[in-house]
Amino acid sequence: MAKGIFIIVEQRNLQIRKVSLELLSQGRKVADETGETLVAVVLGHGIDVLAQTVTASGADKVILIDNEKLAEYTTGAYTSVLNKLIRKEEPQAVLMGNTAIGKDLAPRLAQRLGVGLASDCTGMEIDAKNFLSFKRPVYAGKAFAYLSSNVRPILATIRPNTFKAEAPDASRQAEIVKETAEIDSADLRAILKEVAIAASKRPDLTEANIIVSGGRGMKGPENYVILEALADVIGAAVGASRAAVDSGWKEHKFQVGQTGKTVAPTLYIACGISGAIQHLAGMGSSKFIVAINKDPEANIFNVADYGIVGDLFDVVPVLTEEFKKLVKE
Amino acid sequence: MNIIVYIKQTFDTEAKIVLDANGKIDANGVNLIINPYDEYAIEEGIRLKEKFGGEVTVVSMGGASVQTAIRTALAMGVDKAVLVSDPALENSDEWTNAEILAKAVSQIPYDIILAGRIAIDDGASQIAVRLAEILNIPSISSVLKLDITGTEATATREIDGGTELIEVSLPVVITAQKGLNDPRYPSVAGIMKAKKKPLQTLTLADLGFGDIALKMNVDKFSLPTPRQAGRKIAGEAAQAAQELARLLREEAKIL
Repeated sequence: MAKGIFIIVEQRNLQIRKVSLELLSQGRKVADETGETLVAVVLGHGIDVLAQTVTASGADKVILIDNEKLAEYTTGAYTSVLNKLIRKEEPQAVLMGNTAIGKDLAPRLAQRLGVGLASDCTGMEIDAKNFLSFKRPVYAGKAFAYLSSNVRPILATIRPNTFKAEAPDASRQAEIVKETAEIDSADLRAILKEVAIAASKRPDLTEANIIVSGGRGMKGPENYVILEALADVIGAAVGASRAAVDSGWKEHKFQVGQTGKTVAPTLYIACGISGAIQHLAGMGSSKFIVAINKDPEANIFNVADYGIVGDLFDVVPVLTEEFKKLVKE
Repeated sequence: MNIIVYIKQTFDTEAKIVLDANGKIDANGVNLIINPYDEYAIEEGIRLKEKFGGEVTVVSMGGASVQTAIRTALAMGVDKAVLVSDPALENSDEWTNAEILAKAVSQIPYDIILAGRIAIDDGASQIAVRLAEILNIPSISSVLKLDITGTEATATREIDGGTELIEVSLPVVITAQKGLNDPRYPSVAGIMKAKKKPLQTLTLADLGFGDIALKMNVDKFSLPTPRQAGRKIAGEAAQAAQELARLLREEAKIL
């Protein structure tokens, strides 16, 4: 009999990713409603210190798998260790964030377990028949598909910012279990030589609460400094439209849209972006959208909660000053 | 070097999505293209062949319309193609698709298998990695740079907020991220030649599949609630910016 909801907790240098905390919070709610156990699974090296954090975030049980070969993520070792754990523990469901790691790990794990996978989900419901069902965007959010599976365990990756991470409760207690990892040489065929994290004080696009994005109206790469100034006042990430990326003004990793990143921040500020359908697909599920554009007929105004028809080079600097005042208050 | 490129035909990025009478995504009248990320995979495959010699084979799944995508790949410089075409594929899932693809691929020699990092239609990003698992070979996702020396591959892959450098022995599955290369356009000569290049069509029965079992069910589709245009804030730049800041704080309660 399948038991428990597993949250695969993602950490880098002992920092837990925000999406993992979001999943623990939502997993707690599902566990309470279904009477299941919420299990946080943490892989890494020197990870004992993380048990407290995941307990405070909602776990009933914490499984720590500590091994120096797990210090950095590798597809082979992580898949192997999780496959063995899941076969032993037989959980109902296994959830992880739809991050670079989640996207790489989940399909490989699903295939090894012989199960389905609902990837990049933006909704999760308790389902009388199949325990959980999932909502996921297709065509970059131009439509949604609803998925369920009667095969166990149910695997899903959840998009960051889908659920809210509740405040930790330090009084919570959990059972802590330490499992040993058996990693053989066949699990280590791909060798990680180097990790280069770009130094940035700004949040990752997919996790950001606020995104300030610039399109063709930016006129050139040098003008992004005015967006960056705005972004830094409110702790936002900076994004770009395909037009700006194709012009070579911004790297592809900043691109929002169907051929870039799909984002769902609380606030999306579109500057000089016309609102092509493929861009709207990538940011249309943002909670609030602000558009600043010279063209009153621009498509972006059809989806914007607040719009300013005007030259972004006049509006953005004033907005930056206004935000500074608000932040000070 | 034997190179396989897995490609998928998708809707154009400008396509508007509507549901048909059965509540399924309606493909009628939609312009079809090669999934944009697969173009990087095709280009990389052709470059590897130009550098090391050998043969590039594209493999795809879907209906007769996919032949158009395949001909484009052949015109770019791919040597031959295999299309798995079967009505049963319409209701398939990622697990099944990967199993079918693995069967098709196993009939072709390979040192490297390339695919796009994501298909812009279902956006699941599963098939290439599942394929690698079935073939019991490593995979590297979201690759920005690929170097091959002898039987060793070194790849730079995108991760959240940075990159990783990974070394692996061939054979390997590589999924291509934008930035890997700049895909060529088919030349007129290439288009002419493509017509004569071999395209093998296989059914599921040819690959030894009977009824296909599913691990994941799509219960239904829906369209997003259209967003309503909000309000336009009038006034000069300074005045409008001030009003916007106020609304974001007092009405939207964000800042």
